[in-house]
Amino acid sequence: MSLMVKDDYDLGQTIHDIVDRYQARPTALIMVLQDIQKHYRYLPGGALKLVARKMRLPIAQIYGVATFYRAFSLKPKGKNHICVCTGTACHVRQANVIVNKLETALGIKAGETSADHDFSLETVNCLGACALGPLVTANDVYFGNMTASRVDRMLDKLRGKETAGEEEEDES
Amino acid sequence: MMARLISSPADLEALSAQLVRHRSENRTIITLCAGTGCMACGCEAVAEAFRDALKKGNLQSDVELKTTGCHGFCERGPLVVIQPSGVFYQKVRPSDARLIIDQTIKGSQYVNRLLYRDPQTKQIITHEKEIPFYKKQMRLIFGKNGFMDPTSIDDYIALGGYKAVVRALTKMQPEEIIEQIKKSGLRGRGGGGFPTGKKWASCRKAMGEPKYVICNADEGDPGAFMDRSLLEGNPHSVVEGMVIGAYAIGSNQGFVYVRNEYPLAVKNLSIAIAAATECGLLGNNILGSGFNFNIDVSRGGGAFVCGESTALMASLEGKTGEPRAKYIHTVDSGLWDKPSNLNNVETWANVPLIIEKGAAWYSSIGTENSKGTKVFALTGKVNNTGLVEVPMGITLREILYDIGGGVRGTKKFKAVQTGGPSGGTLIVETGERKVHESLVAHGDIRDDEEVVSLLDLPVDFDELTKVGSMMGSGGMIVMDEDSCMVDVAHYFLKFLREESCGKCLPCREGLRTMLDILDRITKGQGNMEDLPLLEELSQVMIDTSLCQLGGSAPNPILSTLRYFRQEYLAHIIDKRCPAGVCKELVSHAINAKCTGCHACFKACGSDAIIGDLKKLHKIDQLKCIQCGACYQICKQDAITRAKRGEGVRIQNTAAVGWSLPVKAPARSAVA
Repeated sequence: MSLMVKDDYDLGQTIHDIVDRYQARPTALIMVLQDIQKHYRYLPGGALKLVARKMRLPIAQIYGVATFYRAFSLKPKGKNHICVCTGTACHVRQANVIVNKLETALGIKAGETSADHDFSLETVNCLGACALGPLVTANDVYFGNMTASRVDRMLDKLRGKETAGEEEEDES
Repeated sequence: MMARLISSPADLEALSAQLVRHRSENRTIITLCAGTGCMACGCEAVAEAFRDALKKGNLQSDVELKTTGCHGFCERGPLVVIQPSGVFYQKVRPSDARLIIDQTIKGSQYVNRLLYRDPQTKQIITHEKEIPFYKKQMRLIFGKNGFMDPTSIDDYIALGGYKAVVRALTKMQPEEIIEQIKKSGLRGRGGGGFPTGKKWASCRKAMGEPKYVICNADEGDPGAFMDRSLLEGNPHSVVEGMVIGAYAIGSNQGFVYVRNEYPLAVKNLSIAIAAATECGLLGNNILGSGFNFNIDVSRGGGAFVCGESTALMASLEGKTGEPRAKYIHTVDSGLWDKPSNLNNVETWANVPLIIEKGAAWYSSIGTENSKGTKVFALTGKVNNTGLVEVPMGITLREILYDIGGGVRGTKKFKAVQTGGPSGGTLIVETGERKVHESLVAHGDIRDDEEVVSLLDLPVDFDELTKVGSMMGSGGMIVMDEDSCMVDVAHYFLKFLREESCGKCLPCREGLRTMLDILDRITKGQGNMEDLPLLEELSQVMIDTSLCQLGGSAPNPILSTLRYFRQEYLAHIIDKRCPAGVCKELVSHAINAKCTGCHACFKACGSDAIIGDLKKLHKIDQLKCIQCGACYQICKQDAITRAKRGEGVRIQNTAAVGWSLPVKAPARSAVA
């Protein structure tokens, strides 16, 4: 998965492949955008314009869809994607404590990405694993029955993995 | 899995017989739950360990390992059930695989440590069906989950799958099917409770071609995951229901609109559709009947409002999911302005059962106007979190205590919330409730009957609506005395405001204004005019909103106002949050029960806790942001959530004569 758009050619090729996957059917717009979002972890502006041209749809409709649904983001997301479930079951088990803790630990608010693009923090409505509440997922790995201290351990784990995998990482 | 074509009813029968024969001479099966809940508990590693152990023991030909869909008892995952004996193991770790194989499969002993122990009677229970959690359930729809690999059409056929399609397509006329569904009394499981047979009949009669059938799997209610578990664990039952429905309505194209947040459901459903198509159970000329039907899967973009039928259809068309007014019903003009029949996942899964076993059998289950079973997602502060399928009309008490095992920990039961964000919060505690003196002063005292517990309420569509809640998709969230009802209402309203599509004014502005008011109340800035204003706004929204999102949005407020008005008054008049949840009204303080275990010190995110190991700790009231992390982590009940400003006094009192409790529990500082 590449985070940033390498160049126009790379973008064009990617979008072309994705749109082709759905034979440019206008009804597949949401799925096309989902695939783009999955690839780049956000919807680059240039991508939306290309989709409009390829699918012969007004850019206004694409922008409308891209901003209407929760799944899409027009801003790049961090390398580590942390989601705190704030579904009702997690809420009554004090998920807000976990959100607070993560916000302080990462220095960002829910919905934001850290300046170095290492972490983005999000809250989601329900992950459907209510037995494990309060629940956090980090890069799609589940961390159940979270407490404030487990948050620290989870972040250490994520940061450790980073420094092990990428030497140039300057964050301590 | 062999690829073969089933082109006639006889083919299916032969295949089914062959599969059953193959199974009966077959061996022991280890079934391992691989629903999302158990996945999150690490069941994949357990499966790997079993595979390894079977390989090492050279048992692959005698013992089969089957990863199945959700068994429902998520609380105890990962779950392992040995078939055919039905021995039930819970919280299985990868290291237990060898032990289970050695003792239970090779030998005939149980691994006692992994057996379920009834928390009340302390009795050890060996078999799945004897566990109280399962005993009172009636698992008509979910029952098969535990016996089949959801990615195997063979498993489904061996369990009698697709027999209903045979019956419907070869022995019944479309009108006959609709008549059966009408007689069965099946009502929409997505929340509305509209009679399914009636909907099908209108769609069949509607003018216009082509017609579409749609499966609504956009399960947006937080705290509900039964549709996902069905699609993950038994996708063929939904496909089968849709084939029958499409045949009855006269449609050749179906859609399943499923949340993109459910990757496993999307995967298993797609596998099921591909397998059914390959076998000729979908596609052209199904079973030689001349009937054609295809299903497409569409992944949703994540918007709560898309659970509403017209918004869902707009989203299927690739547009923003905005609902429209429904003076023309979707059965007449829905997807691409064609007649469209939309039902929820669970509704579709009920259809094959009705066709196979008959409307009379189906309607013998349940209450007068609500037939069959309903799957609830029992979550929150309850001992046995999980999916429970119960006959309609069962009481809340049976669900919460007999199946759910009562409330977690030592706290008192307070309320249960049903129906998701559009539902209501119902009172379930029976304890003494002091009437707030200001209620009398304001002439606002409620009748005693309003305070009566609803524990013995029979759960069905109409009874829940009568008490101010609704069935919804079946979320059931249990709350204890640590939950503030004003905060709960605030939570749901915030959710709905974020999810409101903004098309109609009452919903867009009404929610914003009501949220502002609740915001003020939770901050202690409310006044007595707020409550009637909330009620008035609620009524306007109910009367004038475009769709049911707005129309039912006031339910969380109205129901909490009805059953927990005193809590609102405590916030407004006393500036106090009785449950200690609302940040602006609470002070956290450490009382004399502190054992100096230091756990809170580590949990605190704002360095507000002062104290050394085995010494009385203290919270710096200026630094504390009232996040509650210490309250959550403390095992000694040493954190008091007091009224704002009383923290210092409590800590000063605690400091006088505090000594380390003699029998300090031997518990390490790190939980």
